[in-house]
Amino acid sequence: MIMPHTHSLLLVFFGQCFRICEMWRKAADSRVPLVRQMKDMPEPNMDYSNLRRQIISMKKSLFDQGYLDEQFNQLEELQDDSSPNFVEEVVALFFKDSSRLLTNIEQALEKHPQDFYRLDSLAHQFKGSGSSIGALRMKNECSMFKAHCSNRNLEGCRRSLQKMKREHATLKQKLETYFQLLRQVGPRERAVNSWK
Amino acid sequence: MAVATETPFHVLAVDDSLLDRKLIERLLKTSSFQVTTVDSGSKALEFLGIHGEDSSPPVSDADQLEVAVNLIITDYCMPGMTGYDLLKKIKESTSLRDIPVVIMSSENIPSRINRCLEEGADEFFLKPVRLSDMSKLKPHILKSRCKEHYHQEQHQQSDSDSDSNSNECSNPTNNSSSDNSNSRKRKAEDDEVLPQTNRSRHS
Repeated sequence: MIMPHTHSLLLVFFGQCFRICEMWRKAADSRVPLVRQMKDMPEPNMDYSNLRRQIISMKKSLFDQGYLDEQFNQLEELQDDSSPNFVEEVVALFFKDSSRLLTNIEQALEKHPQDFYRLDSLAHQFKGSGSSIGALRMKNECSMFKAHCSNRNLEGCRRSLQKMKREHATLKQKLETYFQLLRQVGPRERAVNSWK
Repeated sequence: MAVATETPFHVLAVDDSLLDRKLIERLLKTSSFQVTTVDSGSKALEFLGIHGEDSSPPVSDADQLEVAVNLIITDYCMPGMTGYDLLKKIKESTSLRDIPVVIMSSENIPSRINRCLEEGADEFFLKPVRLSDMSKLKPHILKSRCKEHYHQEQHQQSDSDSDSNSNECSNPTNNSSSDNSNSRKRKAEDDEVLPQTNRSRHS
């Protein structure tokens, strides 16, 4: 009767030892939050997920309010490790282009007589760039401007230009904020297209 | 020249907009193409080895190009030479006419699209061009390569028989360009089959 008890006691003893060791090992692992194991991730777990939530929510609102359309998603699809700043670079190109075009349009409107053909051509370029980055509202306002050009409606063009300038400024500010948020999560996370 | 194990296909992209050039370059590179971008039709022709206004053929054929171009993708609306003008010049050139040409445009105008296809464009993309459009390019490249090999064979054969194709084998002056555009009409049923006697691609 004593032999079996000893045997099973020994088993229990070694079993417990093993379990304790396992617990220590797991505790050691979990002390390092998963997020720190990613490169370029200095922020603690809590802030990172808040940031992530902010980014997703901001992007959703940009889409819901019609500032951006599907083409913007297409741009994000094209961003990867080999081209980690692609979207920001393309957007920067857009704002450079479009600022110049706005100035040219403004100048052309002040010329007498107005050259509606040229105005239409400038708006067409603007519309094209806007469409390439998924700037939906901008694109639509350019279409309005072009329609006024077709009708040789100077007043219409002037009003439309003011709208274009406002849309332009708003979009610029919103995208700057968006990219700032993205920059905070680090390049590696940004390059992974997980913001859908 | 790279040894051809798996050399990527080389696409020449033409667009006057820097933004769109950046975009098309990224699209093409992501789809494993080698890319050269230029900002005008005239620069494209320069790159392809055509100089000046006349489209008279060079003495040698396509390998006078320093780097082979497997496909040309061009915007339609460009100042100076439009994409359509560029397409015409390419199709008028004996050395270049076999290179597939794709036209891009932000405007969905059926008559424009038809005109381009009739002039020999292989595909028409509406802008903004997407990644999914890129998969349509390779079939055109492969098809043109097949045609090229077929015509090379025909050309070798024709050296033995002398007088069969005096019409189409004639000097590729501007006269024959209309014949070519006819033979390229995608919608025309007669031309679905590769014309047996069309030798004008090789001079």
